[in-house]
Amino acid sequence: MATAEHAIPRPQIVARGVQAPARGWTSWITTTDHKRIGILYMVTTFAFFLLGGVEALLMRLQLTSPHNTLVTPQSFNQLFTLHGSTMIFLFVVPMMAGIGNYLLPLMIGARDMAFPRLNALSYWLLLAGGIVFYSSLFFSAPEAGWTSYAPLSSSAYIPNNGVDAWIYLIHLTGLSSILGAINFYATIANMRAPGMGWGRLPLFVWGLLTYSVLIIVAMPLIAVAVTLLLTARHFGTHFYDPSNGGSPLLWQHLFWFFGHPEVYIMVLPAFGIISEILPVFARKPIFGYKAIAASTVMIAFLGLLTWAHHMFATPTPIVVFIFVMLSSYVIAVPTGVKVLNWLATLWRGTVEFKTPLLFAVAMISLFVIGGISGVFLAIFPVDWQVEDTYFVVAHLHYVLVGGSVMGIFAGIYYWFPKFTGRMLAEGLGKLSCALMWLGINLTFLIQHSLGLDGMPRRVYEYPDIAHFQLYNIISTVGSFTLALGVLVTVVNVARSLRHGVVAGPDPWRGNTLEWFVPSPPPANNFDVIPRVRSVEPMKDIRRQIERQSPVADQAPAPTPTPAVPA
Amino acid sequence: MNAEGTDTRGPGERTDTRGPGGRTDARGPRRGRRIGYRMATACALAGAGLLGGCGGGGQSTLHPHSGPAHDIRTLWWWMLAVAGVVFLGAVGLLLLAWMRRRRPGLPLLGEDEGATVGLVVVFGFVIPALVLVALFVVSDLGIRTTEAPAAGSTPLTVEVTGHQWFWEIRYPGTQAVTANELHIPVRTRVNVITKTADVIHSFWVPELNRKQDMVPGLPNRLLLYADKPGVYGGQCAEFCGAQHTHMGLLVFADPPQRFRSWLANMGAARVAPGTPTERRGEAVFQASQCASCHTIRGTPARGVIGPDLTHLATRSTLAARTIPNRPGYLGGWVLDPQHIKPESKMPGFNLSGPDFQALLAYLRSLR
Repeated sequence: MATAEHAIPRPQIVARGVQAPARGWTSWITTTDHKRIGILYMVTTFAFFLLGGVEALLMRLQLTSPHNTLVTPQSFNQLFTLHGSTMIFLFVVPMMAGIGNYLLPLMIGARDMAFPRLNALSYWLLLAGGIVFYSSLFFSAPEAGWTSYAPLSSSAYIPNNGVDAWIYLIHLTGLSSILGAINFYATIANMRAPGMGWGRLPLFVWGLLTYSVLIIVAMPLIAVAVTLLLTARHFGTHFYDPSNGGSPLLWQHLFWFFGHPEVYIMVLPAFGIISEILPVFARKPIFGYKAIAASTVMIAFLGLLTWAHHMFATPTPIVVFIFVMLSSYVIAVPTGVKVLNWLATLWRGTVEFKTPLLFAVAMISLFVIGGISGVFLAIFPVDWQVEDTYFVVAHLHYVLVGGSVMGIFAGIYYWFPKFTGRMLAEGLGKLSCALMWLGINLTFLIQHSLGLDGMPRRVYEYPDIAHFQLYNIISTVGSFTLALGVLVTVVNVARSLRHGVVAGPDPWRGNTLEWFVPSPPPANNFDVIPRVRSVEPMKDIRRQIERQSPVADQAPAPTPTPAVPA
Repeated sequence: MNAEGTDTRGPGERTDTRGPGGRTDARGPRRGRRIGYRMATACALAGAGLLGGCGGGGQSTLHPHSGPAHDIRTLWWWMLAVAGVVFLGAVGLLLLAWMRRRRPGLPLLGEDEGATVGLVVVFGFVIPALVLVALFVVSDLGIRTTEAPAAGSTPLTVEVTGHQWFWEIRYPGTQAVTANELHIPVRTRVNVITKTADVIHSFWVPELNRKQDMVPGLPNRLLLYADKPGVYGGQCAEFCGAQHTHMGLLVFADPPQRFRSWLANMGAARVAPGTPTERRGEAVFQASQCASCHTIRGTPARGVIGPDLTHLATRSTLAARTIPNRPGYLGGWVLDPQHIKPESKMPGFNLSGPDFQALLAYLRSLR
């Protein structure tokens, strides 16, 4: 800010004595730069996403015929345990951390995260968790499901160490998430650009803020739960053993007190991504900024009160069920407000049909289905029939694949130019979006029917009754369509890294500050940090440039291409 | 475990999975004196490949045969209708927003904010709130009718205990014990006490009522009622370990007369073996490991790890609705259960041909 009083249009900032940016692989493992850590996160978690996807495809192949022998029963149980744990703990949650890591300081006008070394530690803990978890494949993979219900997960029933590998996965990735969340929170609370009050925080940052608070509140609970499980397995404690004064329901309460907020941990940042993308491509301000931000906070708060709706079939007093049914219902209201605000943003906007927008709209259409089937499950008499069937599988995948994964893909298409300086190809992007949307509906819509017809989840065979086989085949075909859609994006990314059109700093005419810096941004992000005067600071900056008249009491008229240290 | 791969082995095996009531036909290898181990395995494989034909109990939540299941289905259809309207509304608005967009390139004009705010408030808040209140009121229906019966308020009480991986069924007040096939009198309220012997299972007969978790240390009650005689399918709904898949159940709703005679028979000790072969079979059973896990009332066999076998031959399926109870399957199951149901607690037995035949004859005589 030394140049503030000079007010020259193009400040020439000369950096002296700056070390050349480090190169080579050692620079990646020693980095504390939030952007590099973000990229490490994104690449690592995407690799786990592909692994989890292959596990899903193997399960779908096994289920194409009623008595298939493609995988053994034990392998099948391991596959669904690996798949669920991978997608949740090694993909969606840390992918949000990765995207957030890269963008959070850029969006709020900070030069790095509040605690850069802690940030690096978060990443390495995540990687350690993934490696420990997957190394169990060479010994005995976990087979108790991603929920690892006690007492099934106790050493009396599963003596091998697969469950222990799962426990270490939870510990390491949980620690990673908690540290990362504290870092996000500290950064958002303390390092916003001048003028960026809470009412001018980008909506993706609101998503990250609630993500962080929920992690800080909920993650320690699962850490407690798995620690008790670990001591029960190895040191003879009886927390979950009713014959010694413990209770198996203790596990379920601890697990779901974490597990339900976890859903919002995974989906609220995706809502944030959608809220960033829609106004940019509708070329119109986001409708109801405050309502969207408030509904995000409301959903996060209510999400902490509904965990027992995962336990409707357990022996629990009805009055508890009525409470959680109502609190689960009530979540539909802020969610409805959010969806309607998104629709109102598109309403009469100058819509540009670009891939990020397509993914965003696809996400909304899929998430609405997942949200509605969630209301079905909140009504516990209905839940008593469909719980633990494929209906639930369908519901949770509409929310997590239709909501979170499509949101992540929207984000990848939107911010790839910022990450790499190159555009992703539009044609391949649209193809990928269409295939994924089709694949998700083919795979999961029919699973509602499967569940209603009485097919339980987590079975490696099924009786050849009703239309079980037909439905399963449709679902398998859908899963491969979805996989093909993902593959198209992988090809698109690989191609665009070298051959993509050069993006420039602001290819979409975005609203938020990350588009102010070059693509990819320099190590220090901002030479000058602009003053923020609205929810859409870049719109103000563009307008200011168009007027060609620097304002005296502001930061020097910034340009989209500040001087970059060589 | 695919039947196709083994068709050439078992000479008499034919499969017919069409009919209900387990009309599967797989004649066991009863010809030769020496039973080929491989052949029995083949039977087992074919058996495992046929569980679709076993028992034939439907298990669709949409074909209810009791008051509670019926009410839940009604609730479901109402909800689907309401949800369908909500979904079509949301998608309709999305499409409308898409079509009413301004043409690209036009400058941003002033908005009619009031109308849009109204739209968001009505569709995003008022309508969801009204729908949810309505749903809350109707869901009361399902809550009341599925309520567990008060103790002693029903003419019959049954105790079902989940085990890894079978269902133990007792009729308190009688000696009757059986497994995996629950008989109830039709059009009679039955109080089912659900318990577990090990991990959490979930008792679920979709056409008759809701599911209910069997949590260690927390026995629970559930109403079972069938409005029509027939066989209803059920399955463990909570993942309970390696063979969660094969933890099936059949509920037979019988006319009261038939139920009473069935129950009387179940309560009796085993039918004493009548032929020398059967007597030899009983001796084999007692001398081998069988007796250490299974109970046959009327004999010294008092094991409690596996299902009670006193009236095994009256059951229509084996291994918790995994294979039909026919000689070929039974033979395959005794020789190599780990092929049919890997990790089940039953080990395979390598018996001599005559012993094996005698054992089979004995088990088939336990009516």
